[in-house]
Amino acid sequence: MVYNLFFGGEVSRLGEKYVSDVSSVLCSVYLISDRESSKEYVVYVVDASPKMFDTSCPAREKKNLQDINGVFVFTVAGEDGLGRPTARLIKEFDQIEESFMKNIGSQYGIVSGSRENSLYNALWVAQALLRKGSTKTAEKRMLLFTNEDDPFGTLNRVTKLDMTRTTLQRAKDAQDLGISIELLPLSTPDRDFNMSFFYAVMLGLEGDALAEFIPSSIERLQDMKDQLRKRIFKKRRYRTYTLSIASGVSIQMSAYALLRPTVPGNITWLDSTTNLPLKTERSLICADTGALMQEAPKQFQAYRDQEIKFSREEISQIKRVSLTQLCLLGFKPLSCLKDHHNLKPSTFLFPTDEDTIGSTKIFIALHRSMLRLRRFAVAYFGSSTHPQLVALIAQDEVITARGQVEPPGMHMIYLPYCDDIRNPEEARNNFLHMDVTFTTPRALNEDIQKAAVLMNRVNLKDFAVCQFPNPALQKHYAVLQALALEEDEIPEIKDDTLPDEEGMARPGVVNAIEEFKLSVYGDKYDEGESIVSEASKKRKAIAEKAVQESANYDWDDLADNGKLKDLTVPELRFYLTAHKLPVTGKKEALISRILTHMKK
Amino acid sequence: MARNKESLVLLLDVGPKMHGVLPQVEKVCAMLLEKKLIYNKYDEVGIVLFGTAETNNELTKEVGGYENIVVLRSIKVVDGDLVDVLDQIPRGTVPGDFLDAIIVGMDMLIKKYGPTNKGKKRLCLITNALSRLRDPYEGTKEDQVSTIAQQMTEQAIKLECVVVRGKLSGDADKNVMDENDKLLELFTKKTWAKTLYVESATSLLGALRTRSIAPVTIFRGDLEVSSALKIKVWVYKKTSEEKFPTLKKYSDKAPATDKFATHEIKVDFEYRSINDPETVVPPEQRIKGYRYGPEVVPVSSDAWEAVKFKPEKSVKLLGFTDAKNILRHYYMKDVNIFIAEPGKREAVTAISALARAMKELNKVAIVRCVWRQGQSGVVIGVLTPNVSVKDSVKPDSLYFNVLPFMEDVREFQFPSFKNLPTFQPTEEQQAAADNLVMMLDLAPPAKEENLKPDLTPNPVLERFYHFLELKAKDPDAAVPPLDEALKKISEPDAELLSQNKSVIDEFRRCFELKENSTKKKSTRSVKEKPSGSDDEKEAAEDHNVGKTLMTTDDNTAVKAEISDEKPSSAVANNSSLIVEKIENITPVQDFEAMLSRRDSSDWITKAIKGMRSKILELLEDSFKGSNYDKAVECLVALRKGCVLEQEPKQFNDYLQYLCRFCKDHGLNDFYELLDLKGMTLITKSEAVDRFTSNLLSLCSDVADEAARSFLVTKEPKVE
Repeated sequence: MVYNLFFGGEVSRLGEKYVSDVSSVLCSVYLISDRESSKEYVVYVVDASPKMFDTSCPAREKKNLQDINGVFVFTVAGEDGLGRPTARLIKEFDQIEESFMKNIGSQYGIVSGSRENSLYNALWVAQALLRKGSTKTAEKRMLLFTNEDDPFGTLNRVTKLDMTRTTLQRAKDAQDLGISIELLPLSTPDRDFNMSFFYAVMLGLEGDALAEFIPSSIERLQDMKDQLRKRIFKKRRYRTYTLSIASGVSIQMSAYALLRPTVPGNITWLDSTTNLPLKTERSLICADTGALMQEAPKQFQAYRDQEIKFSREEISQIKRVSLTQLCLLGFKPLSCLKDHHNLKPSTFLFPTDEDTIGSTKIFIALHRSMLRLRRFAVAYFGSSTHPQLVALIAQDEVITARGQVEPPGMHMIYLPYCDDIRNPEEARNNFLHMDVTFTTPRALNEDIQKAAVLMNRVNLKDFAVCQFPNPALQKHYAVLQALALEEDEIPEIKDDTLPDEEGMARPGVVNAIEEFKLSVYGDKYDEGESIVSEASKKRKAIAEKAVQESANYDWDDLADNGKLKDLTVPELRFYLTAHKLPVTGKKEALISRILTHMKK
Repeated sequence: MARNKESLVLLLDVGPKMHGVLPQVEKVCAMLLEKKLIYNKYDEVGIVLFGTAETNNELTKEVGGYENIVVLRSIKVVDGDLVDVLDQIPRGTVPGDFLDAIIVGMDMLIKKYGPTNKGKKRLCLITNALSRLRDPYEGTKEDQVSTIAQQMTEQAIKLECVVVRGKLSGDADKNVMDENDKLLELFTKKTWAKTLYVESATSLLGALRTRSIAPVTIFRGDLEVSSALKIKVWVYKKTSEEKFPTLKKYSDKAPATDKFATHEIKVDFEYRSINDPETVVPPEQRIKGYRYGPEVVPVSSDAWEAVKFKPEKSVKLLGFTDAKNILRHYYMKDVNIFIAEPGKREAVTAISALARAMKELNKVAIVRCVWRQGQSGVVIGVLTPNVSVKDSVKPDSLYFNVLPFMEDVREFQFPSFKNLPTFQPTEEQQAAADNLVMMLDLAPPAKEENLKPDLTPNPVLERFYHFLELKAKDPDAAVPPLDEALKKISEPDAELLSQNKSVIDEFRRCFELKENSTKKKSTRSVKEKPSGSDDEKEAAEDHNVGKTLMTTDDNTAVKAEISDEKPSSAVANNSSLIVEKIENITPVQDFEAMLSRRDSSDWITKAIKGMRSKILELLEDSFKGSNYDKAVECLVALRKGCVLEQEPKQFNDYLQYLCRFCKDHGLNDFYELLDLKGMTLITKSEAVDRFTSNLLSLCSDVADEAARSFLVTKEPKVE
């Protein structure tokens, strides 16, 4: 699925740190990319430093299939062609940083006089690697890392022309085979990456397309990581939507899922004796007769002492409220979108002229108007299973040194209905404890001032969303890797989500907190007991009593002599309650539960 | 079960000025009762009407007065009759006095339960509050309200008022209106009362909480600002989707005589080993495996328990940051609310101070939350202020939403709009867009905000419960059309459109849209599958729907075509209202649009007839098979339509006719194409749940006959 390839070229300006950094980023990429469809083949083509390509690399690394100079293929020994990254590969790749400079660092540059064209060779090898799998069923991509915008610049004119021609031909052949080539250009501090020398032609970029290509001026390695992270996933839209603006005016938009919670992968049930996967079979059994059923044609709801039956068609007809995918209803000021109007992650919309020419222009015009007038659009999203109201918020492009941080477009936010909004703050039991005058305490100005001071003290100035890795997920991956490699030690994962204790202990912060505390709580701050409900008090009392009572019996003795059955059920329950076991069931069940608990 | 039992008295104004909105009132109350019948069967409900010509209530008998108030139903456990009562509530003739009605309702609750009953007691008042209230015998109206409010607080009775205003109520005496509004406001200050003003039928339907869910905390404990300052808070859900009811699978296997049959279907899962599919692997022999690359790593639950990430239950503050750093679209989930622990004055003040300071400085708080001990992960979220308006008894609180982790983001790059020179709108176009955004205003100043989420009901649920009630009376009832008031949720408001007709026309004139003819039908776009979690399911379901409509035939060619044409037909459906006959360009879409017309059943016949002649026309006009593909497409659509509309005979007869036609006219190649595409007659099995027995036999007859005379190679499956 994923593959790396290093080829000779001039990278000396960035040096070894660059290559090792690419490796470590690629390594972290693997884990995430594995969640993606298995129908994706990627070759990372990395421009490596220009020294002699050392053929005496360790045995576990494999030379490229065609044995072409200047190209090095990194893979696990014994595996042919494209493999999906296994735990071992990831581990080994992790260590490549150390061995890389010593062993692999392909040390060929393209130097004048030489007929060796390593870029050509790299493309050739990459294409050979991607032979596997049909383009009809799989995505094939090449990601090319380089900082050399003019790979044949040092050569004399004739050779240069020749090499340019053959290399371009090679790239075109690959593209014709359905392989897409993506470029990750790296600029150097003194020079921007110039697409027009060579790569614009190679990637077939012209006019608008060239402008669309974002020449990322990557100067710092950190930025390159960010850039790479953006390219890990093939930019894949998951839907196109038609937004009907007025009768006869409908524009097309592509929808992208930019934010979706990442969860640990699905579990597969295995047979614990053989470790082979199990096949799950689902069967429907009639509860009345025990007969095996085929898929039930109808569903029912008990209502008014009847069973009201619905066919599938009826259910889908009920849900079909609107025939339009997205229907614009109007606009509102941004202040109407409250913080509690949210149900699930938003979806990003970007215009496309694929089916309807003119969509993009209308989209851009509306986008600008909405930004300027500070308004959002309300539309009805007529999905067949989950029709709902949505807010479309225009988002302006945000570019920082890291590159594009917020892409321009609209975010579709799924709005709740009144049925989905609850009002727990109005719940009556919140008021039961209040005095008869029915006043709710409010903060005084002084309290608010103190809180404001505190806020300015504990200010996260450059807080960016998504700066924390998910510790649970990281731990999950670490555990899996350790188990897969049969390592004894499970690596500790640093939890970045914990508060900054050190920062909080700074005197300024501590003072601000103390002042706020004094203002609100006076001098009688104590953490105090929470109000405990009657029921839980009762429960607690019962548990305490059970512990006391339970101590009066010699349970071991009773169990050994089989005298448990002489006790009454309430007596048996003392033991169960004291040991926090379930107290339900018949006497025999209670006794056996006690015995199991005592391991007898 | 009775712990959360609620007793509710509906106080409905039926005075003359209310007649216009009574259909909606009936609807929303009926929905409330229908939901109670399913989810809160033991709740008790009474109905009081005021503004009636007659008078019938206990207070009038006991102390006199309280005229024009009728107790339609005294407080009883909900039952079906109650829903029927609301089908048509009697219209009144005199302006109603809502204060009297509140007293009557309160009196009913007190008499029924007395002070000992601790259950929830609620009064729901729906009125326009436009008529002058009668003067009390002593003191002022304000005094009267205070007395009532005190009584309600003592009895723990809640009051919810829905006041119908704006264009729904018509002209009104401003003085009376202001006086009444003041009185209602007094309630909200003095006791647990809430007043909602609605100005449209749509929001009237959404104004009443039709399903009461007891709020349950998801966290009780400390909001740790630092180790030195911990504020006691309770966390609740603020939004949580009310799901479409989960229906049970129906089994018809039980004999009709069995009165106690549950008709339920149990779903059973069995795990079989791959090598030996005969044996079932018992649960204790199963072990969980996690994918790691191509490998599956087996991990026992005990081992997993020992090594997994185990955070401590806590809510810790990481710091504050400017609100602009957290863009709205980063909110990942439904919303929670942080409320200071009730009864802790200082905690309430602390939260209030934080919320107000946050609002003032335009800041938000970043917190790290582990709600429960033993929870498998942590969440990072943002707290935003929710400051109560002056005088309300609601405490200040904080809203919480989950923010994404690094792993949750896909940073795709998109071209900058500035870099798309050919797509830049001209000044004129930009002005037209500005105008549209400005004028198509859903929140006009000094008027009610349209489609405010807090007041907009879910049309799907509304329709489901309505349909449920209809089906209870008539099992064969058809799915009801959407209520007019609910259509405003899914379609643009006609009034708003006509007001801004010139703006919209100008917009339409300025921009040109045309279909992209150069677009090649790429195989990619068809294949592109959703990658998002929810929508993936959605797509799968879509697909399933498509499948169930199709024949069980193995030949996938027809299936593929159906799914291919889906998007285009969806687009065409937009204009379904105007399709009256099948045109040459988009016959399939026209056909579907005609079928989906519900204004007359004639359209189905017309559509089928039209389609049949269209196919013949296509064949006749075909030159060397040039129209064949289109004809097959049409035939597939016709078949699908006939299955859906329960007209299998129409299709089967026609297909047979078509075969004869082909033979007679030497169109054998078309005939072969049909065979190749796996075209079959509509079989009994496809239509089985739709037909009564006599039709069934008819169907199978057709199929048998077909087996002999039609498409010898493909036999329709007859069960």
